[in-house]
Amino acid sequence: MTYKVTEEGNISTVFLNGEIDMDVTEKAKEVILPIVESGKEVHLNLKDVSYMDSSGISVLIESHQKALEHNTKVIVKEVSKSVLKVIMMAKLEQILNLE
Amino acid sequence: MNIEESKDFLVSTASLKEVRTFSREVFEKINLPQEQKDELVLAIAEAAQNIVKHAYKDVAETSDRMEIKISLKDSDLEIGFFDKGKAVIPENIQHRKLDDIKPGGLGTFFIKQIMDAAVFKKDQKEWVNHLVLTKKI
Repeated sequence: MTYKVTEEGNISTVFLNGEIDMDVTEKAKEVILPIVESGKEVHLNLKDVSYMDSSGISVLIESHQKALEHNTKVIVKEVSKSVLKVIMMAKLEQILNLE
Repeated sequence: MNIEESKDFLVSTASLKEVRTFSREVFEKINLPQEQKDELVLAIAEAAQNIVKHAYKDVAETSDRMEIKISLKDSDLEIGFFDKGKAVIPENIQHRKLDDIKPGGLGTFFIKQIMDAAVFKKDQKEWVNHLVLTKKI
């Protein structure tokens, strides 16, 4: 997994790339959670994420919940078809902010 | 079409990508919709992850290996997982309730969603755990 972060005002966009499994979840959390904890709105762009397992879903849930704690939000954007299927399997499409 | 392929992997999170690659290569030989192949790869990866995460819980590093065997006989797909970690107590395996939104506890749920059955067998002397996932495809 690789990533890129861009900033625009109070919005940080995190572009994740590759496959997100248990081996990279700590790295993903290290990128995303500090931004959320700073109170910024985070846009997670998943257009280049080709695979995500339950560990990756846990990162999305933790980011979402951390954002609620810090009165901000995480918006999950441009989800690839294969990742959307896993999100829907976990019945999280109504819980996460998907765009 | 009948297939029987197996491969062993170091018990490590770093092996999960290799597990997926092996699974994808096997399923490439089977005429199935890509969506179903992706689901099967996910189920295999989740079961392998469970070995690393649960059977080897609190083991920082190991040289142990786990084996995955994919067999297809006619339309019966069987995927075996063999490991030498802590013995699994099948009755203790539970996925979290889906409306209890929190990180973790989804891997087993995904496996159950994708496969027809997941059974731990006690038929191996050289291994501690033998999980068998089956699906009619």
